Amino acid sequence: MSDTNNNSGAVVPAVHIPPFSLRRRVTDRMMTGVAVLTVVLVLAPLFAIFAYLIYKGIGSINIAFLTQTPKPVGEPGGGMANAIVGSMVILAIASVLGVPLGIGAGIFLSEYGRNRYGDMVRFVSDVLNGVPSIVIGIVAYGLVVMRQKHFSALAGGVALAIMMVPTIARTTEQMLLLVPQAIREAAYGLGVSRWRTTISITLRTAASGVITGVMLAFARVAGETAPLLFTAFGNQFWNWKSDQPTAALSLQIFTYAISPFDEWHRQAWAGALVLIILIVGAVAAVRLAVRHGTLAGA
Amino acid sequence: MSNQALPRPRFNAPEPERDSRAALKIETRTTPLLLGKVSEGPDAVFGWAMRLCGLAVVVLLGLIVYELVIGSQLSWHAFGWKFFGHSDWNPVDDQYGALPFIYGTIVSSLLSLVIAVPLAVGVAVFITEMCPIALRGALSFTTELLAAIPSVVYGLWAIFVLVPLLRVYVQPFLATTLGWTGLFSGPPYGIGMLAAGVILAIMIIPIISSITREVLTVVPQHQREAVLALGATRWEMIRMGVLRNARAGIVGAIILGLGRALGETMAVTMVIGNRPDISKSLFAPGYTMASVLANEFSEATGDLYLSALIEIGLALFFVTIVVNALARLMVWSVTRGQPARSVA
Repeated sequence: MSDTNNNSGAVVPAVHIPPFSLRRRVTDRMMTGVAVLTVVLVLAPLFAIFAYLIYKGIGSINIAFLTQTPKPVGEPGGGMANAIVGSMVILAIASVLGVPLGIGAGIFLSEYGRNRYGDMVRFVSDVLNGVPSIVIGIVAYGLVVMRQKHFSALAGGVALAIMMVPTIARTTEQMLLLVPQAIREAAYGLGVSRWRTTISITLRTAASGVITGVMLAFARVAGETAPLLFTAFGNQFWNWKSDQPTAALSLQIFTYAISPFDEWHRQAWAGALVLIILIVGAVAAVRLAVRHGTLAGA
Repeated sequence: MSNQALPRPRFNAPEPERDSRAALKIETRTTPLLLGKVSEGPDAVFGWAMRLCGLAVVVLLGLIVYELVIGSQLSWHAFGWKFFGHSDWNPVDDQYGALPFIYGTIVSSLLSLVIAVPLAVGVAVFITEMCPIALRGALSFTTELLAAIPSVVYGLWAIFVLVPLLRVYVQPFLATTLGWTGLFSGPPYGIGMLAAGVILAIMIIPIISSITREVLTVVPQHQREAVLALGATRWEMIRMGVLRNARAGIVGAIILGLGRALGETMAVTMVIGNRPDISKSLFAPGYTMASVLANEFSEATGDLYLSALIEIGLALFFVTIVVNALARLMVWSVTRGQPARSVA
């Protein structure tokens, strides 16, 4: 390149390279312009969504919204307190069921699954990752709702857990594989048993990556609505039993958004803002806990 | 970057690992340390527990297939293959045909691909090939942020912002300029196939663009340099040196986006209009397989009705699995094949 530019003065190019023709220069510039345009077009909806969410949501969030249950149609006020708590319960159930299983499967894939059997599990998790969430909902309906005979928080939790497992398994595997083999060998060399090495050395070294993967899976299912439609089902009142229909923030947003009432539309925006804040908050809290808490040395 | 510094997870175990384990076994056998005998038990238990977790993933898939197949038996015996070729969906008379939903799913997904693919590939090319390095991280983070927004929030935004926008500006414009094609005729409600396609496009752009980016970064640097050395402009370098090499991977990324679009439920349900009609115009309301499940599953009365819905779920499941498997294979053929070739 520097030869053609010849701005150093010292080197005289042996061959004269003609400049790009006008057509080629114009095409080059044009394609750069097109690429910039695509970036603008892709980012525009993102900013529009966040701007609307904040603009519409902030005005509707108040103490009543965060502490009261929904009011009947036509009455102003009321809130989504039961849905916020319901979402937390469902997500807690999903995490309790899904996270250990996912991490276990990840450990299997990286430490024991370097063979044909592991390849099968790996492929199956990728396939599971692509299964539409609504189909997972049907399965949870068949597994839990049909047996219990009613919609429940447990069924919603099971559906979300099924969605979390493959994501966590694959990210955990990738993170564990990044841990150098030498570290494991050092532990073996000190006479540490294999299970102890895996948990206290390998997993701990990769802890921050594993936790990031878990939080990604969590964030992904936290906003899910489709699998909850016929598992958790939704509820307009407080419910503290895990075997009863339970409200969820995402379900409530859906119900309110497709309703014809302005008051409910307003609350749907507020609910969406709260949902996003909760997801981001949960992820940030775990990240902070990882950095300053018990796993800090990891 | 990390591709070169660290070994990517592979299907076949790297050789040194096996060797070291083998060596280790001999060592522990020849020198029974204090822990030697004791660790035998817990080690075995832990190993089997982890294998069980791996097995659970396979069992989960089995459970999904089992539930769907058992649940759809009734409908399968009643309608057979006709179920997928029939367009009469009438719960009152217990007549079920899934054709309108299949049509709606295919049309909305294809429409979203038409919109999303040029944009997503453009963004990926810009980020990997043109963008100043300082901007690169921020840009890819922002596009990835699009993937973190819940589907129901997209739907909410689509109902109150996108649909009015389409109704007032886009649809009248399309009707006057391209109305003769028949694709853009009829009353501009805003809600309908077009709105579903646009919101789907916005939702699948991040996945297509992030995987395309991954594929583009794997294209060896010397390919770019070689094309540049032959006197190509930057665009010619991208076209001949980068895009052509990454073709299979980009197609894989697109198919992966298609898989996501096929199964996407909430946002589509909120804007597609939910009417089981087959109509040529993209302005007309439609219905998809996922949204009929979302709307009717919890209210399905009667066993045959429920069974017909589960059969739609089964069909959706198989289609997405085939599409995803195809996509994974194509992405692998680029991201896994390339480094191996440069090593050899």
